[in-house]
Amino acid sequence: MANPTPQEEARSATQRLAVFSGRMSVFDIIGPRMVGPSSSHTAGALRLGLLARGVLGRTPERARVGLHGSFATTYRGHGTDRAVAAGLLGMAPDDPRIPTSLDVARGAGMELTFEPADLGPDAHPASLRFELESGAERATMVGSSIGGGSVEVTEVNGRPVDLSGRYDTLIVLAEDVPGTTAAVTHLLAEEGVNIAFLEVSREKRGREASMLIQADHPISDDLLARVQAFEWVRRARRLRKVTD
Amino acid sequence: MFASMEEILERARSSAAPLWRVVLDEEIEESGTTAERVLERLSGRIATMREAVERGLVSDAPSVSGLLGGGARRFEEWRESEGSVLGPFVGKVVARAQATMEVNARMGTIVATPTAGSSGILPAILFTAEEELGLSEEDLIRGLLVAAGVGGVIVARASVSGAAGGCQAETGSAAAMASAALTALRGGTPEQVSESVAFTLQGMLGLICDPVGGLVEVPCLTRNVSGAVQAVAASELALAGLKFPIPADEVIDVMGQIGNELDEKYRETAKGGLAATETGRRLAASVRWDGPAFENTNAARARDLEDV
Repeated sequence: MANPTPQEEARSATQRLAVFSGRMSVFDIIGPRMVGPSSSHTAGALRLGLLARGVLGRTPERARVGLHGSFATTYRGHGTDRAVAAGLLGMAPDDPRIPTSLDVARGAGMELTFEPADLGPDAHPASLRFELESGAERATMVGSSIGGGSVEVTEVNGRPVDLSGRYDTLIVLAEDVPGTTAAVTHLLAEEGVNIAFLEVSREKRGREASMLIQADHPISDDLLARVQAFEWVRRARRLRKVTD
Repeated sequence: MFASMEEILERARSSAAPLWRVVLDEEIEESGTTAERVLERLSGRIATMREAVERGLVSDAPSVSGLLGGGARRFEEWRESEGSVLGPFVGKVVARAQATMEVNARMGTIVATPTAGSSGILPAILFTAEEELGLSEEDLIRGLLVAAGVGGVIVARASVSGAAGGCQAETGSAAAMASAALTALRGGTPEQVSESVAFTLQGMLGLICDPVGGLVEVPCLTRNVSGAVQAVAASELALAGLKFPIPADEVIDVMGQIGNELDEKYRETAKGGLAATETGRRLAASVRWDGPAFENTNAARARDLEDV
């Protein structure tokens, strides 16, 4: 068989990515229902803000947002600042408060700054980096708005990930002891939550292990609390799915 | 969703099902939901799209920057009183494509089809077809399914992002989706639907994304008009039995390839094209983001809500 052309190779890479991240739905193409003006720079930016809020686990008191590529030059015109604020506050893409979300954020005591960022030549041309703080909690996230309101999260707290926001996601940081993955997946099974994707990784043997679980069913507050209650769990976070 | 137009056509042939049914079945299988639920949600999307068109046609509320506002209403009044040569179908399409984009530009509620910056095209064609061709809401939902199938192929093979592929990826994709829907709703064969995609997109290739001031206003609104008119013409070429020599999948691939090769200044950075003209720069500089412009937005939003 002939070698694939670069174009065919690029296409098959895109398709692999689409399969891994969970495939497009009719409602991604005909949607989202949203406040304008830009699906990528408003609705997509809002969804990245929602996911970053999930990584922190609460409304941030301070948020520094790095704008890469097209975001850096058009964020004001596209309402990206208001969209990011709305996402960090937990609003949905069609929330009528989005146009006034900077006021809402100020009212909630959120300190929000935007700055240009260079995330490197491989980053998607519309990408955001979040650095969030609330009390002693810190979180970072990098993600891209890939068009039509669809997003991809590529980094959480410095670790590379591949998240589409199409699934409720559980992120667990645990001590690297035997049986942790089994215990968490068992708990999910008990609650009837089916796992779509599971990634387990660690930096060094015996240090900290991270689990990233994307689920077909909603992950409830109660389930999150039960995961958090394991003595070897250092931190558990739930990212609600952002697609509708 | 599907990886090629050819795959959708093949599925339609082998199952002897209409295209909308093929897309619906795929959605049910992939999402694990029911047909009733998918159709009910699409009906909700139709309602939002209709509301945006209706509000856009009667409102003079200004956009975020004040560059746009009331254009759709003025055009529609002129068209009805002065006798446009476009005919009722294309005339209404031109008015309605502007209507949704004006609502979008003042941070009103719209449905991204496939993006917000190209959200004027599909509703303009669907609601005009409903009125002029006597279609039902059920027909419109079927049109959305066909459009979604085409959009899914474009996402899989190229892109619908202006930052990644320029305006051809946004209004080009929207126009291809709308043209496909129109052809299917007028009884075109699956092959004719695919030809509509090829005829539409070949005319949008190379179109850059050059938004003045980085706003989704100029030239986005009028690019939606161009795309919508292109979509209607392409649909009729296909319905007349004409064939574009390059298959739709290859036209989509080349759109993606051109997008990858476009200089960054033509991909939604507001650094090139109309955004970089003398007047484009002056308009961008005249938008006062943090002061009155922000209050204007709130005021525009308040008016927007009163419209409902």
